[in-house]
Amino acid sequence: MGISLINIVYLVASVCFILGLKGLASPRTAPRGNMIGALGMLLAVVATLLDQQIVTFQLIIIGLVVGGAIGTYLALTVEMTAMPQMVAAFNGFGGGASALVAATALLAPGALTNVPPTQLYVATAASGLIGAATFTGSMVAWGKLQGVLRWQPKSDSLQKTINGTLFLAAMALGALVVINPTGFWAYCLLVAVASVLGVMLTVPIGGADMPVVIALLNSYSGLAACATGFVLGNNVLIIAGSLVGASGLILTSIMCKAMNRSLAHVLFGTLGPTAETATADEVYGGKVKSASAEEAAMIFETARLVIIVPGYGMAVAQAQHSVRDLANLLQEKGAEVRYAIHPVAGRMPGHMNVLLAEADVPYDQLFALEDINDTFPEADIALVIGANDVVNPSAREDTTSPIYGMPILDVDKSQTVMIIKRSLSPGFAGIPNPLFAAPNALMLYGDGKEMVRELIAALREQ
Amino acid sequence: MEAFIIYITVFVLAIFVGFEVITKVPPTLHTPLMSGANAISGITVVGALVAAGSKESTIAAVLGCAAVIMATINVVGGFLVTNRMLLMFKKKK
Repeated sequence: MGISLINIVYLVASVCFILGLKGLASPRTAPRGNMIGALGMLLAVVATLLDQQIVTFQLIIIGLVVGGAIGTYLALTVEMTAMPQMVAAFNGFGGGASALVAATALLAPGALTNVPPTQLYVATAASGLIGAATFTGSMVAWGKLQGVLRWQPKSDSLQKTINGTLFLAAMALGALVVINPTGFWAYCLLVAVASVLGVMLTVPIGGADMPVVIALLNSYSGLAACATGFVLGNNVLIIAGSLVGASGLILTSIMCKAMNRSLAHVLFGTLGPTAETATADEVYGGKVKSASAEEAAMIFETARLVIIVPGYGMAVAQAQHSVRDLANLLQEKGAEVRYAIHPVAGRMPGHMNVLLAEADVPYDQLFALEDINDTFPEADIALVIGANDVVNPSAREDTTSPIYGMPILDVDKSQTVMIIKRSLSPGFAGIPNPLFAAPNALMLYGDGKEMVRELIAALREQ
Repeated sequence: MEAFIIYITVFVLAIFVGFEVITKVPPTLHTPLMSGANAISGITVVGALVAAGSKESTIAAVLGCAAVIMATINVVGGFLVTNRMLLMFKKKK
Protein backbone atom coordinates (compact mmCIF):
# COMPACT_ATOMS: atom_id res chain seq x y z
CA MET A 1 0.00 0.00 0.00
CA GLY A 2 1.38 3.40 -0.93
CA ILE A 3 2.33 5.99 1.66
CA SER A 4 -0.46 8.40 0.74
CA LEU A 5 -3.09 5.68 0.80
CA ILE A 6 -1.94 4.57 4.27
CA ASN A 7 -2.14 8.15 5.45
CA ILE A 8 -5.70 8.42 4.18
CA VAL A 9 -6.61 5.31 6.18
CA TYR A 10 -4.95 6.89 9.22
CA LEU A 11 -7.08 9.99 8.69
CA VAL A 12 -10.20 7.84 8.61
CA ALA A 13 -9.04 6.15 11.81
CA SER A 14 -8.56 9.55 13.48
CA VAL A 15 -12.10 10.55 12.51
CA CYS A 16 -13.35 7.24 13.96
CA PHE A 17 -11.64 8.02 17.28
CA ILE A 18 -13.26 11.46 17.47
CA LEU A 19 -16.69 10.06 16.55
CA GLY A 20 -16.19 7.27 19.05
CA LEU A 21 -15.55 9.69 21.90
CA LYS A 22 -18.42 11.84 20.69
CA GLY A 23 -20.69 8.82 21.06
CA LEU A 24 -19.92 8.77 24.77
CA ALA A 25 -22.04 11.90 25.19
CA SER A 26 -25.00 9.66 26.06
CA PRO A 27 -25.32 6.11 27.44
CA ARG A 28 -27.64 5.32 24.52
CA THR A 29 -25.10 6.09 21.79
CA ALA A 30 -22.03 5.04 23.78
CA PRO A 31 -21.80 1.33 22.81
CA ARG A 32 -21.90 2.28 19.13
CA GLY A 33 -19.30 4.99 19.75
CA ASN A 34 -16.98 2.46 21.32
CA MET A 35 -17.43 0.18 18.29
CA ILE A 36 -16.56 3.04 15.94
CA GLY A 37 -13.39 3.70 17.94
CA ALA A 38 -12.46 0.02 17.78
CA LEU A 39 -13.14 0.00 14.05
CA GLY A 40 -10.79 2.95 13.62
CA MET A 41 -8.09 1.05 15.47
CA LEU A 42 -8.62 -2.04 13.31
CA LEU A 43 -8.33 0.05 10.14
CA ALA A 44 -5.10 1.67 11.38
CA VAL A 45 -3.58 -1.72 12.26
CA VAL A 46 -4.54 -3.38 8.97
CA ALA A 47 -3.21 -0.44 6.93
CA THR A 48 0.06 -0.59 8.88
CA LEU A 49 0.46 -4.31 8.26
CA LEU A 50 0.41 -3.56 4.52
CA ASP A 51 3.32 -1.12 4.98
CA GLN A 52 6.27 -2.02 2.75
CA GLN A 53 8.73 -1.58 5.62
CA ILE A 54 7.32 -4.69 7.26
CA VAL A 55 9.29 -7.64 5.93
CA THR A 56 8.81 -10.29 8.59
CA PHE A 57 5.63 -11.18 10.44
CA GLN A 58 6.92 -13.63 13.04
CA LEU A 59 7.37 -11.18 15.93
CA ILE A 60 4.24 -9.27 14.92
CA ILE A 61 2.08 -12.38 15.13
CA ILE A 62 3.62 -13.34 18.48
CA GLY A 63 2.99 -9.84 19.84
CA LEU A 64 -0.59 -9.59 18.59
CA VAL A 65 -1.55 -13.06 19.80
CA VAL A 66 0.05 -12.73 23.24
CA GLY A 67 -1.19 -9.16 23.80
CA GLY A 68 -4.64 -9.95 22.42
CA ALA A 69 -5.01 -13.01 24.65
CA ILE A 70 -3.90 -11.18 27.82
CA GLY A 71 -6.09 -8.16 27.02
CA THR A 72 -9.16 -10.31 26.30
CA TYR A 73 -8.68 -12.35 29.47
CA LEU A 74 -8.28 -9.25 31.67
CA ALA A 75 -11.21 -7.42 30.09
CA LEU A 76 -13.63 -10.31 30.43
CA THR A 77 -12.71 -11.41 33.94
CA VAL A 78 -12.12 -8.15 35.82
CA GLU A 79 -14.56 -7.34 38.62
CA MET A 80 -16.19 -3.91 38.32
CA THR A 81 -14.84 -3.00 41.77
CA ALA A 82 -11.32 -3.66 40.42
CA MET A 83 -11.79 -1.39 37.40
CA PRO A 84 -9.55 1.42 38.76
CA GLN A 85 -6.50 -0.81 39.05
CA MET A 86 -7.11 -2.31 35.64
CA VAL A 87 -7.35 1.10 33.99
CA ALA A 88 -4.19 2.05 35.90
CA ALA A 89 -2.38 -1.02 34.54
CA PHE A 90 -3.60 -0.33 30.99
CA ASN A 91 -2.40 3.28 31.26
CA GLY A 92 0.99 1.87 32.17
CA PHE A 93 1.11 -0.51 29.21
CA GLY A 94 0.23 2.34 26.86
CA GLY A 95 3.01 4.52 28.27
CA GLY A 96 5.50 1.64 28.24
CA ALA A 97 4.69 0.77 24.63
CA SER A 98 5.22 4.39 23.58
CA ALA A 99 8.63 4.54 25.29
CA LEU A 100 9.64 1.27 23.59
CA VAL A 101 8.55 2.47 20.15
CA ALA A 102 10.56 5.66 20.62
CA ALA A 103 13.58 3.47 21.46
CA THR A 104 13.18 1.47 18.27
CA ALA A 105 13.07 4.69 16.27
CA LEU A 106 16.53 5.53 17.62
CA LEU A 107 17.85 2.08 16.75
CA ALA A 108 16.26 1.73 13.34
CA PRO A 109 15.33 5.19 12.09
CA GLY A 110 15.42 4.12 8.45
CA ALA A 111 12.52 1.71 8.80
CA LEU A 112 10.37 3.80 11.08
CA THR A 113 10.60 7.48 10.44
CA ASN A 114 11.63 10.23 8.09
CA VAL A 115 11.15 13.29 10.29
CA PRO A 116 13.98 15.85 10.63
CA PRO A 117 16.68 14.74 13.11
CA THR A 118 16.04 17.45 15.74
CA GLN A 119 12.33 16.63 15.89
CA LEU A 120 13.13 12.91 16.03
CA TYR A 121 15.53 13.18 18.95
CA VAL A 122 13.61 15.74 21.01
CA ALA A 123 10.39 13.77 20.60
CA THR A 124 12.16 10.52 21.40
CA ALA A 125 13.49 11.96 24.63
CA ALA A 126 10.01 13.26 25.54
CA SER A 127 8.40 9.95 24.74
CA GLY A 128 10.99 8.04 26.79
CA LEU A 129 10.55 10.35 29.77
CA ILE A 130 6.74 10.46 29.81
CA GLY A 131 6.28 6.85 28.72
CA ALA A 132 8.63 5.30 31.28
CA ALA A 133 7.34 7.46 34.15
CA THR A 134 3.76 6.59 33.16
CA PHE A 135 4.62 2.89 33.13
CA THR A 136 6.21 2.69 36.58
CA GLY A 137 3.82 5.24 38.10
CA SER A 138 0.87 3.21 36.84
CA MET A 139 2.32 -0.01 38.20
CA VAL A 140 2.64 1.63 41.64
CA ALA A 141 -0.96 2.90 41.37
CA TRP A 142 -2.06 -0.61 40.40
CA GLY A 143 -0.23 -2.11 43.37
CA LYS A 144 -1.78 0.35 45.78
CA LEU A 145 -5.32 -0.12 44.47
CA GLN A 146 -4.92 -3.88 44.36
CA GLY A 147 -3.69 -3.78 47.95
CA VAL A 148 -0.39 -5.54 47.22
CA LEU A 149 1.65 -2.38 47.80
CA ARG A 150 1.16 -0.82 51.21
CA TRP A 151 4.34 1.26 51.36
CA GLN A 152 3.41 4.91 51.71
CA PRO A 153 6.23 7.18 52.81
CA LYS A 154 5.35 10.70 53.92
CA SER A 155 5.90 13.28 51.26
CA ASP A 156 8.61 15.40 52.90
CA SER A 157 11.23 17.87 51.81
CA LEU A 158 13.87 15.15 51.33
CA GLN A 159 11.59 13.41 48.90
CA LYS A 160 10.93 16.64 47.05
CA THR A 161 14.69 17.19 46.74
CA ILE A 162 15.16 13.67 45.37
CA ASN A 163 12.33 14.14 42.87
CA GLY A 164 13.70 17.51 41.80
CA THR A 165 17.16 16.01 41.29
CA LEU A 166 15.73 13.09 39.33
CA PHE A 167 13.78 15.46 37.12
CA LEU A 168 16.84 17.59 36.42
CA ALA A 169 18.85 14.42 35.68
CA ALA A 170 16.14 13.30 33.26
CA MET A 171 16.25 16.69 31.53
CA ALA A 172 20.04 16.52 31.22
CA LEU A 173 19.88 12.99 29.82
CA GLY A 174 17.16 14.13 27.43
CA ALA A 175 19.48 16.84 26.18
CA LEU A 176 22.21 14.22 25.80
CA VAL A 177 19.91 12.07 23.66
CA VAL A 178 19.42 15.07 21.38
CA ILE A 179 23.13 15.99 21.21
CA ASN A 180 24.48 12.48 20.96
CA PRO A 181 21.74 10.34 19.38
CA THR A 182 24.04 7.49 18.34
CA GLY A 183 24.78 6.63 21.96
CA PHE A 184 21.78 4.47 22.78
CA TRP A 185 22.97 4.26 26.40
CA ALA A 186 21.84 7.85 27.03
CA TYR A 187 18.29 6.89 26.11
CA CYS A 188 18.49 3.79 28.34
CA LEU A 189 19.68 5.93 31.26
CA LEU A 190 16.91 8.44 30.59
CA VAL A 191 14.32 5.64 30.72
CA ALA A 192 15.86 4.33 33.95
CA VAL A 193 15.78 7.73 35.65
CA ALA A 194 12.23 8.40 34.41
CA SER A 195 11.16 5.00 35.76
CA VAL A 196 12.47 5.83 39.23
CA LEU A 197 10.80 9.24 39.01
CA GLY A 198 7.46 7.62 38.14
CA VAL A 199 7.68 5.47 41.27
CA MET A 200 8.78 8.33 43.52
CA LEU A 201 5.96 10.60 42.36
CA THR A 202 3.21 8.02 42.85
CA VAL A 203 4.27 6.20 45.99
CA PRO A 204 3.43 8.95 48.57
CA ILE A 205 -0.10 9.43 47.22
CA GLY A 206 -2.82 7.94 49.40
CA GLY A 207 -6.07 6.08 48.80
CA ALA A 208 -8.49 8.99 48.63
CA ASP A 209 -6.38 10.79 46.02
CA MET A 210 -6.20 7.80 43.70
CA PRO A 211 -8.95 9.05 41.34
CA VAL A 212 -6.79 12.07 40.55
CA VAL A 213 -3.69 9.99 39.97
CA ILE A 214 -5.39 7.54 37.62
CA ALA A 215 -6.88 10.40 35.63
CA LEU A 216 -3.49 12.10 35.42
CA LEU A 217 -1.72 8.91 34.34
CA ASN A 218 -4.46 8.47 31.75
CA SER A 219 -3.53 11.87 30.39
CA TYR A 220 0.20 11.00 30.42
CA SER A 221 -0.36 7.79 28.47
CA GLY A 222 -2.02 9.92 25.80
CA LEU A 223 0.79 12.47 25.81
CA ALA A 224 3.34 9.65 25.48
CA ALA A 225 1.50 8.36 22.40
CA CYS A 226 1.45 11.92 21.12
CA ALA A 227 5.22 12.30 21.57
CA THR A 228 5.72 9.00 19.75
CA GLY A 229 3.60 10.45 16.95
CA PHE A 230 6.18 13.24 16.60
CA VAL A 231 8.95 10.61 16.62
CA LEU A 232 7.36 8.65 13.79
CA GLY A 233 5.91 11.65 12.00
CA ASN A 234 2.52 9.99 12.22
CA ASN A 235 -0.60 12.15 12.54
CA VAL A 236 -2.91 9.42 13.78
CA LEU A 237 -0.73 8.99 16.87
CA ILE A 238 -0.61 12.74 17.42
CA ILE A 239 -4.39 13.08 17.12
CA ALA A 240 -5.31 10.02 19.20
CA GLY A 241 -2.71 10.94 21.81
CA SER A 242 -3.98 14.52 22.08
CA LEU A 243 -7.58 13.33 22.49
CA VAL A 244 -6.57 11.04 25.34
CA GLY A 245 -4.30 13.69 26.86
CA ALA A 246 -7.17 16.21 26.84
CA SER A 247 -9.58 13.65 28.28
CA GLY A 248 -7.25 12.79 31.14
CA LEU A 249 -6.61 16.46 31.91
CA ILE A 250 -10.33 17.27 32.03
CA LEU A 251 -11.01 14.35 34.37
CA THR A 252 -8.05 15.31 36.55
CA SER A 253 -9.40 18.82 36.91
CA ILE A 254 -12.94 17.56 37.68
CA MET A 255 -11.58 15.26 40.39
CA CYS A 256 -9.43 18.00 41.93
CA LYS A 257 -12.42 20.34 42.07
CA ALA A 258 -14.59 17.62 43.60
CA MET A 259 -12.04 17.15 46.36
CA ASN A 260 -11.37 20.85 46.79
CA ARG A 261 -7.67 20.36 46.22
CA SER A 262 -5.17 21.73 43.78
CA LEU A 263 -3.26 19.31 41.61
CA ALA A 264 -0.02 20.40 43.29
CA HIS A 265 -1.57 19.53 46.64
CA VAL A 266 -2.50 16.04 45.56
CA LEU A 267 0.93 15.41 44.08
CA PHE A 268 3.12 16.96 46.75
CA GLY A 269 1.14 17.37 49.95
CA THR A 270 -1.15 15.50 52.27
CA LEU A 271 -4.40 16.56 53.89
CA GLY A 272 -4.67 16.21 57.64
CA PRO A 273 -6.90 17.49 60.40
CA THR A 274 -5.93 20.99 61.48
CA ALA A 275 -5.46 21.96 65.11
CA GLU A 276 -8.66 24.01 65.28
CA THR A 277 -10.90 21.17 64.18
CA ALA A 278 -13.59 20.34 66.74
CA THR A 279 -13.17 16.98 68.40
CA ALA A 280 -15.67 14.19 67.90
CA ASP A 281 -17.01 14.60 71.45
CA GLU A 282 -17.75 18.29 70.98
CA VAL A 283 -19.59 17.64 67.74
CA TYR A 284 -21.54 14.54 68.71
CA GLY A 285 -21.92 14.95 72.53
CA GLY A 286 -25.27 13.32 73.24
CA LYS A 287 -26.93 14.74 70.15
CA VAL A 288 -26.70 11.68 67.89
CA LYS A 289 -29.97 9.77 67.46
CA SER A 290 -30.14 6.23 66.18
CA ALA A 291 -32.99 4.07 64.97
CA SER A 292 -33.69 0.41 64.29
CA ALA A 293 -34.60 -0.93 60.88
CA GLU A 294 -38.26 -1.23 61.97
CA GLU A 295 -38.42 2.41 63.09
CA ALA A 296 -36.74 3.53 59.88
CA ALA A 297 -39.14 1.45 57.79
CA MET A 298 -42.10 3.32 59.29
CA ILE A 299 -40.67 6.59 58.01
CA PHE A 300 -40.02 5.04 54.58
CA GLU A 301 -43.63 3.88 54.46
CA THR A 302 -44.93 7.41 53.89
CA ALA A 303 -42.01 8.79 51.86
CA ARG A 304 -42.74 10.22 48.40
CA LEU A 305 -39.21 11.05 47.30
CA VAL A 306 -36.17 9.12 48.50
CA ILE A 307 -32.65 10.07 47.47
CA ILE A 308 -30.02 7.40 47.97
CA VAL A 309 -26.44 8.62 48.45
CA PRO A 310 -23.98 5.77 47.91
CA GLY A 311 -20.34 5.99 48.91
CA TYR A 312 -17.48 3.62 48.37
CA GLY A 313 -18.39 1.93 51.67
CA MET A 314 -21.48 0.60 49.92
CA ALA A 315 -19.36 -1.04 47.24
CA VAL A 316 -16.99 -2.47 49.85
CA ALA A 317 -19.97 -4.04 51.63
CA GLN A 318 -21.18 -5.34 48.23
CA ALA A 319 -24.54 -3.80 49.09
CA GLN A 320 -25.45 -2.42 45.65
CA HIS A 321 -27.79 -5.31 44.76
CA SER A 322 -29.62 -5.02 48.09
CA VAL A 323 -29.86 -1.26 47.63
CA ARG A 324 -31.44 -1.79 44.23
CA ASP A 325 -33.97 -4.24 45.80
CA LEU A 326 -34.83 -1.61 48.41
CA ALA A 327 -35.26 1.01 45.68
CA ASN A 328 -37.54 -1.31 43.68
CA LEU A 329 -39.65 -2.01 46.77
CA LEU A 330 -39.99 1.71 47.51
CA GLN A 331 -41.06 2.31 43.92
CA GLU A 332 -43.67 -0.44 44.20
CA LYS A 333 -44.99 1.41 47.21
CA GLY A 334 -45.31 4.55 45.11
CA ALA A 335 -42.20 6.49 46.08
CA GLU A 336 -39.79 8.07 43.63
CA VAL A 337 -36.17 6.98 44.06
CA ARG A 338 -33.12 8.85 42.83
CA TYR A 339 -29.45 8.28 43.38
CA ALA A 340 -27.10 11.18 44.10
CA ILE A 341 -23.56 10.46 42.96
CA HIS A 342 -20.67 12.58 44.23
CA PRO A 343 -17.78 12.75 41.71
CA VAL A 344 -15.45 11.02 44.17
CA ALA A 345 -17.95 8.43 45.35
CA GLY A 346 -15.85 5.65 43.83
CA ARG A 347 -12.18 4.98 43.32
CA MET A 348 -12.04 6.57 39.87
CA PRO A 349 -14.17 9.08 37.95
CA GLY A 350 -17.61 7.58 37.29
CA HIS A 351 -16.82 4.37 39.16
CA MET A 352 -19.96 4.42 41.33
CA ASN A 353 -22.16 4.73 38.25
CA VAL A 354 -20.63 1.59 36.77
CA LEU A 355 -21.08 -0.30 40.04
CA LEU A 356 -24.75 0.70 40.17
CA ALA A 357 -25.28 -0.02 36.48
CA GLU A 358 -23.88 -3.49 37.08
CA ALA A 359 -26.52 -3.94 39.77
CA ASP A 360 -29.18 -3.06 37.14
CA VAL A 361 -29.92 0.40 38.47
CA PRO A 362 -31.27 2.35 35.45
CA TYR A 363 -28.95 5.18 34.49
CA ASP A 364 -31.76 7.73 34.36
CA GLN A 365 -32.05 7.41 38.15
CA LEU A 366 -28.39 8.40 38.63
CA PHE A 367 -27.88 12.12 39.20
CA ALA A 368 -24.67 14.11 39.38
CA LEU A 369 -24.05 16.48 42.28
CA GLU A 370 -24.97 19.69 40.46
CA ASP A 371 -28.14 18.13 39.05
CA ILE A 372 -29.57 16.90 42.35
CA ASN A 373 -28.44 19.29 45.06
CA ASP A 374 -31.45 21.56 44.59
CA THR A 375 -33.79 18.60 45.03
CA PHE A 376 -32.75 17.62 48.56
CA PRO A 377 -35.15 20.12 50.28
CA GLU A 378 -38.03 18.33 48.52
CA ALA A 379 -36.87 14.86 49.55
CA ASP A 380 -38.60 13.07 52.41
CA ILE A 381 -35.59 10.88 53.04
CA ALA A 382 -31.92 11.04 52.07
CA LEU A 383 -30.40 7.61 52.68
CA VAL A 384 -26.61 7.77 53.00
CA ILE A 385 -24.82 4.45 52.65
CA GLY A 386 -21.08 4.22 53.17
CA ALA A 387 -20.39 7.90 52.47
CA ASN A 388 -19.05 10.41 54.97
CA ASP A 389 -16.86 13.34 53.92
CA VAL A 390 -18.93 14.05 50.79
CA VAL A 391 -22.01 14.76 52.94
CA ASN A 392 -20.21 16.71 55.68
CA PRO A 393 -21.88 20.14 56.04
CA SER A 394 -18.64 21.56 57.52
CA ALA A 395 -17.45 21.84 53.93
CA ARG A 396 -20.19 24.42 53.42
CA GLU A 397 -20.33 26.16 56.79
CA ASP A 398 -17.11 25.85 58.78
CA THR A 399 -14.38 28.03 57.31
CA THR A 400 -11.77 26.45 59.61
CA SER A 401 -12.52 22.92 58.41
CA PRO A 402 -9.83 21.30 56.25
CA ILE A 403 -12.53 20.31 53.78
CA TYR A 404 -14.10 23.81 53.65
CA GLY A 405 -15.12 24.65 50.10
CA MET A 406 -15.37 21.06 48.92
CA PRO A 407 -18.60 20.54 46.96
CA ILE A 408 -20.88 18.27 48.98
CA LEU A 409 -24.28 16.67 48.60
CA ASP A 410 -26.74 18.73 50.70
CA VAL A 411 -28.41 15.73 52.34
CA ASP A 412 -28.94 17.71 55.56
CA LYS A 413 -31.57 19.81 53.75
CA SER A 414 -33.93 16.88 53.27
CA GLN A 415 -36.76 16.09 55.70
CA THR A 416 -34.96 13.15 57.29
CA VAL A 417 -31.41 11.93 56.72
CA MET A 418 -30.68 8.31 57.48
CA ILE A 419 -27.07 7.25 57.63
CA ILE A 420 -26.16 3.59 57.47
CA LYS A 421 -22.77 3.25 59.11
CA ARG A 422 -21.01 0.87 61.48
CA SER A 423 -19.96 3.59 63.93
CA LEU A 424 -19.27 7.31 64.12
CA SER A 425 -15.69 6.81 62.86
CA PRO A 426 -14.37 9.55 60.57
CA GLY A 427 -13.86 9.27 56.78
CA PHE A 428 -10.68 9.90 54.78
CA ALA A 429 -10.42 13.52 55.91
CA GLY A 430 -10.20 12.30 59.53
CA ILE A 431 -12.69 14.85 60.87
CA PRO A 432 -16.04 14.46 62.68
CA ASN A 433 -19.24 14.98 60.70
CA PRO A 434 -21.83 17.36 62.29
CA LEU A 435 -24.46 15.81 60.02
CA PHE A 436 -24.65 12.80 62.35
CA ALA A 437 -25.71 15.10 65.21
CA ALA A 438 -28.22 17.12 63.16
CA PRO A 439 -31.81 17.22 64.50
CA ASN A 440 -33.18 15.57 61.33
CA ALA A 441 -30.53 12.84 61.19
CA LEU A 442 -30.95 9.20 62.21
CA MET A 443 -28.07 6.77 62.45
CA LEU A 444 -28.78 3.21 61.37
CA TYR A 445 -25.82 1.38 62.86
CA GLY A 446 -24.72 -1.75 61.06
CA ASP A 447 -23.13 -3.31 57.99
CA GLY A 448 -24.43 -1.68 54.80
CA LYS A 449 -25.76 -4.82 53.19
CA GLU A 450 -27.34 -6.30 56.33
CA MET A 451 -29.03 -3.05 57.32
CA VAL A 452 -30.53 -2.61 53.85
CA ARG A 453 -31.77 -6.22 53.99
CA GLU A 454 -33.34 -5.56 57.40
CA LEU A 455 -35.00 -2.43 56.01
CA ILE A 456 -36.44 -4.45 53.13
CA ALA A 457 -37.74 -7.12 55.52
CA ALA A 458 -39.29 -4.52 57.81
CA LEU A 459 -40.93 -2.72 54.87
CA ARG A 460 -42.37 -6.00 53.56
CA GLU A 461 -43.95 -6.73 56.93
CA GLN A 462 -45.82 -3.46 57.00
CA MET B 1 10.91 22.75 9.95
CA GLU B 2 7.98 22.96 7.55
CA ALA B 3 6.90 19.41 8.45
CA PHE B 4 7.30 20.11 12.16
CA ILE B 5 4.90 23.07 11.95
CA ILE B 6 2.31 20.83 10.35
CA TYR B 7 2.61 18.26 13.14
CA ILE B 8 2.34 20.97 15.78
CA THR B 9 -0.74 22.35 14.00
CA VAL B 10 -2.36 18.93 14.05
CA PHE B 11 -1.44 18.53 17.72
CA VAL B 12 -2.91 21.84 18.85
CA LEU B 13 -6.10 21.42 16.83
CA ALA B 14 -6.56 17.88 18.13
CA ILE B 15 -6.25 19.09 21.72
CA PHE B 16 -9.06 21.57 21.08
CA VAL B 17 -11.23 18.91 19.46
CA GLY B 18 -10.50 16.69 22.47
CA PHE B 19 -11.63 19.34 24.94
CA GLU B 20 -14.79 20.04 22.94
CA VAL B 21 -15.76 16.40 22.66
CA ILE B 22 -14.79 15.25 26.16
CA THR B 23 -16.56 18.05 28.06
CA LYS B 24 -19.82 16.70 26.57
CA VAL B 25 -19.35 13.30 28.23
CA PRO B 26 -21.65 13.04 31.28
CA PRO B 27 -20.13 12.04 34.68
CA THR B 28 -22.08 8.77 34.50
CA LEU B 29 -19.80 7.63 31.69
CA HIS B 30 -16.47 8.85 33.03
CA THR B 31 -15.16 5.37 33.79
CA PRO B 32 -15.96 4.00 30.32
CA LEU B 33 -14.48 7.23 28.94
CA MET B 34 -11.20 6.50 30.69
CA SER B 35 -11.03 2.89 29.60
CA GLY B 36 -12.09 3.82 26.07
CA ALA B 37 -9.57 6.65 25.84
CA ASN B 38 -7.04 4.20 27.16
CA ALA B 39 -7.74 1.83 24.30
CA ILE B 40 -7.32 4.71 21.85
CA SER B 41 -3.93 5.61 23.34
CA GLY B 42 -2.90 2.08 22.31
CA ILE B 43 -2.61 3.55 18.78
CA THR B 44 1.12 3.36 19.50
CA VAL B 45 0.69 -0.22 18.28
CA VAL B 46 1.01 1.20 14.76
CA GLY B 47 4.63 2.17 15.37
CA ALA B 48 5.29 -1.02 17.30
CA LEU B 49 4.14 -3.16 14.37
CA VAL B 50 6.56 -1.51 11.95
CA ALA B 51 9.43 -1.87 14.44
CA ALA B 52 8.65 -5.54 15.12
CA GLY B 53 8.41 -6.29 11.40
CA SER B 54 11.54 -4.51 10.15
CA LYS B 55 14.89 -6.19 9.60
CA GLU B 56 17.05 -3.13 10.16
CA SER B 57 17.98 -3.93 13.75
CA THR B 58 17.38 -7.09 15.78
CA ILE B 59 17.20 -5.23 19.10
CA ALA B 60 14.67 -2.83 17.60
CA ALA B 61 12.58 -5.77 16.38
CA VAL B 62 12.61 -7.41 19.82
CA LEU B 63 11.74 -4.15 21.59
CA GLY B 64 9.08 -3.63 18.93
CA CYS B 65 7.61 -7.05 19.73
CA ALA B 66 7.43 -6.16 23.44
CA ALA B 67 5.74 -2.89 22.46
CA VAL B 68 3.24 -4.77 20.28
CA ILE B 69 2.33 -6.99 23.25
CA MET B 70 1.84 -4.03 25.61
CA ALA B 71 -0.07 -1.90 23.13
CA THR B 72 -2.29 -4.81 22.06
CA ILE B 73 -3.23 -5.53 25.69
CA ASN B 74 -4.18 -1.88 25.88
CA VAL B 75 -6.20 -1.86 22.65
CA VAL B 76 -7.98 -5.20 22.93
CA GLY B 77 -8.49 -5.07 26.69
CA GLY B 78 -9.53 -1.41 26.60
CA PHE B 79 -12.19 -1.70 23.92
CA LEU B 80 -13.57 -4.99 25.30
CA VAL B 81 -13.88 -3.83 28.88
CA THR B 82 -15.43 -0.53 27.75
CA ASN B 83 -18.00 -2.44 25.74
CA ARG B 84 -18.70 -4.70 28.72
CA MET B 85 -19.34 -1.70 30.95
CA LEU B 86 -21.42 0.25 28.44
CA LEU B 87 -23.78 -2.67 27.94
CA MET B 88 -24.59 -2.53 31.67
CA PHE B 89 -26.06 0.96 31.37
CA LYS B 90 -29.79 0.50 30.84
CA LYS B 91 -32.76 2.80 30.90
CA LYS B 92 -35.70 2.21 33.18
CA LYS B 93 -38.07 -0.42 31.79
